[in-house]
Amino acid sequence: MTDTQIFDEMWGSDDSLRAPYQKFHDWFSAEDAARLRAKQREAEKLFRLTGITFNVYGRSEAEERLIPFDIIPRIISGAEWLRLSRGIEQRVRALNAFLADIYGGQEIIKAGRLPAEMIARNEAFLPHMIGVAPPGDVYTHIVGIDLVRTGPGEFYVLEDNARTPSGVSYMLENRETMLQMFPELFSQNRVQPVQTYPADLHRSLGACAPAATTGDPVVAVLTPGIYNSAYFEHAFLADQMGVELVEGHDLRIVDGRVAMRTTRGYKPIDVLYRRVDDDFLDPLNFNPDSQLGVAGIMDVYRAGGITIANAPGTGIADDKAIYSYMPEIVEFYTGERPLLENVPTWRCSEPEALAYVLDNLSDLVVKEVHGSGGYGMLIGPTATKKDLAEFRKKLKARPGNYIAQPTLSLSTVPIFSRAGLTPRHVDLRPFVLVSPEGIRVTPGGLTRVALKKGSLVVNSSQGGGTKDTWVLEE
Amino acid sequence: MLGKTANGLFWMYRYLERAENTARLIEAGQRIALTRLGDSDAEWRSVLESAAVLPGYLEQHDELTKDAAIDYLLRSRDNASSVMSCIAQARQNARLVRTAITGEVWEATNAAYMTARDVLARKVSERDLPAALGTIRQHTALVRGMTHGTMLRNEIYDFARIGTFLERADNTARILDVKYYVLLPSARAVGTSLDNVQWETILRSVSARGGFRMEYGGRAGPREITQFLILDKRMPRSLAFCVSKLKDNLRYLGAGDNGTAPSLQKVNHIERMYLSHDVEAIFDFGLHDFIQKMLDLMADLSRQIEIDYRFYE
Repeated sequence: MTDTQIFDEMWGSDDSLRAPYQKFHDWFSAEDAARLRAKQREAEKLFRLTGITFNVYGRSEAEERLIPFDIIPRIISGAEWLRLSRGIEQRVRALNAFLADIYGGQEIIKAGRLPAEMIARNEAFLPHMIGVAPPGDVYTHIVGIDLVRTGPGEFYVLEDNARTPSGVSYMLENRETMLQMFPELFSQNRVQPVQTYPADLHRSLGACAPAATTGDPVVAVLTPGIYNSAYFEHAFLADQMGVELVEGHDLRIVDGRVAMRTTRGYKPIDVLYRRVDDDFLDPLNFNPDSQLGVAGIMDVYRAGGITIANAPGTGIADDKAIYSYMPEIVEFYTGERPLLENVPTWRCSEPEALAYVLDNLSDLVVKEVHGSGGYGMLIGPTATKKDLAEFRKKLKARPGNYIAQPTLSLSTVPIFSRAGLTPRHVDLRPFVLVSPEGIRVTPGGLTRVALKKGSLVVNSSQGGGTKDTWVLEE
Repeated sequence: MLGKTANGLFWMYRYLERAENTARLIEAGQRIALTRLGDSDAEWRSVLESAAVLPGYLEQHDELTKDAAIDYLLRSRDNASSVMSCIAQARQNARLVRTAITGEVWEATNAAYMTARDVLARKVSERDLPAALGTIRQHTALVRGMTHGTMLRNEIYDFARIGTFLERADNTARILDVKYYVLLPSARAVGTSLDNVQWETILRSVSARGGFRMEYGGRAGPREITQFLILDKRMPRSLAFCVSKLKDNLRYLGAGDNGTAPSLQKVNHIERMYLSHDVEAIFDFGLHDFIQKMLDLMADLSRQIEIDYRFYE
């Protein structure tokens, strides 16, 4: 695809300023570049001091990196957001219903809408969850839906994150930083608040407390520990909710409950917001070498002694092979047409699809079904001949391990660079909370931006940055 | 509160206190080296001993020199008690207990770490040493100030205080342990200028020169110094002061269980048996034996606190 087709969220496709950016543009035009550069440095200092750093996998523990922050906000109008958030809500409702069905009656398979082997032979399917009814029937308490945009009204879901989506602390700290640095922008623009997220999260988790709860639900955040790349976020969320941040070795099963070791003895936990993968959750039921989980927690869970958020086994819903069936899934469970588009996806497990992918490899993006973080993927148009040849081999050896998608011409939003405003590709991860009280989509989310010119890779582990994301009041 | 969190707070504040103490020992050592009255190498030996890092130093160095000793105390990553290591460990513990401390305390701790990392990035020259130590002490003082000014007076605060005073008592006791011989009654009559320098170094090592002068004027003798550093409850680094603070904080913690916690009983015992007599009783007991006893009792108390409040299990 050529440059002329790229949609810029500030300037549209034809260089005319779009409405949501009007006031921002007035402000920016009156600003001095040197002052803004100083502000950009100030922002970095604030982030360092607050300690919003992440550890890079495979690097030494001492290395804490900052995710670059760009001071130009990404602005979405209230009307655009209303449409988007309806689509997100619908999708999340479907994901949850799908999980209840897959671990229950499997009606969608009986109805012939999803091939049985998509579940039976899927590594993300967790047999331990069959017949378990999580409190409030909620499987995915916290969801992140990754969206990309290609035109004024064209949004696509790139990926559903139904396991343990991360990044929400950046959404909150980015806003906090912008409020501190440019208060005047927030008096000129009416931006919908995101700051209630921790309180909403606490409330939403509490509303999913298990039957065994007596009194106010006790919520805790489970982290793999201080060396985990997202430790900052785990501590941040526990701190903001005012709950304990626990590790596996703080926990033990006492009288049929999962309890944490306090200075006054063991105290039961009602809802555990775990940021530990399924596999490490319970050495008795899953990976026996895990030091990060609690031996026996699955048995307590099945007996209704604790709520685990998100529920174990939710990975089956955000699996990239299942992703390609999402339009059918949404329709099957909601009875409605999907409001959000899926990116057309070729399932390489199907021979015709594989043949097409092999023939058109240099135009496609190929992803591992279980990969994440931008690792192990091929971006056809920018790949070298050697990369293409290697992927061809991989695809032929294990076709079921891959899906392929067309390279979308992702929208751009300006970043502040030496040359002033320069367009860079972005995506968007809105955060969604699910409880029996309802589904809540925080207005905005995390905008990730590829800082290299022309690059489509926005992952922080691959050199991407972030922006504050504004949703304007109507 | 989690037992792990109590442990993290305890160590965060122990390390902060230790960073300050090590910095102060370096200052006092540098000072005595400049007076040229004593044997400088022997002085650095006793500084390393007071910081309890002499064996570690000797493992890595063939000879004892001023520059190497200062660098080992200030910046060495191999020395867990170096100023840099202490501040790094204080910060690491602060990250671990991030949910228990206020944002202000965390940012002050993080800023202390970032500053120390910059100031101590390279070997510090003799000329820059006072400024470097000053900057670091200012930053650790900021953490202390933020702790006082922003933290709730609850069990979180109690564990922070317990870590502080256990470390401080231990530090004062070790300084006395290394220098006890200049405070013995037999040395009293001598009072040479060398003795005077030694006495002053001891006071300097615990930031007590001003307070001591205020209290005793020019009558600085070993008996008064011993009294001041061990028994004076107004002196914030004396053993009696530290133990009395430990007792207070352990009492607040034990408010719910009628004072039955073994650690509270132990601290009461230490105060009653060892810190309620006059200084002559200490000399009768034997100054060196007394200090050894105090060091053992402090270590034992520390272990008991770990058990009572489930730091590890």
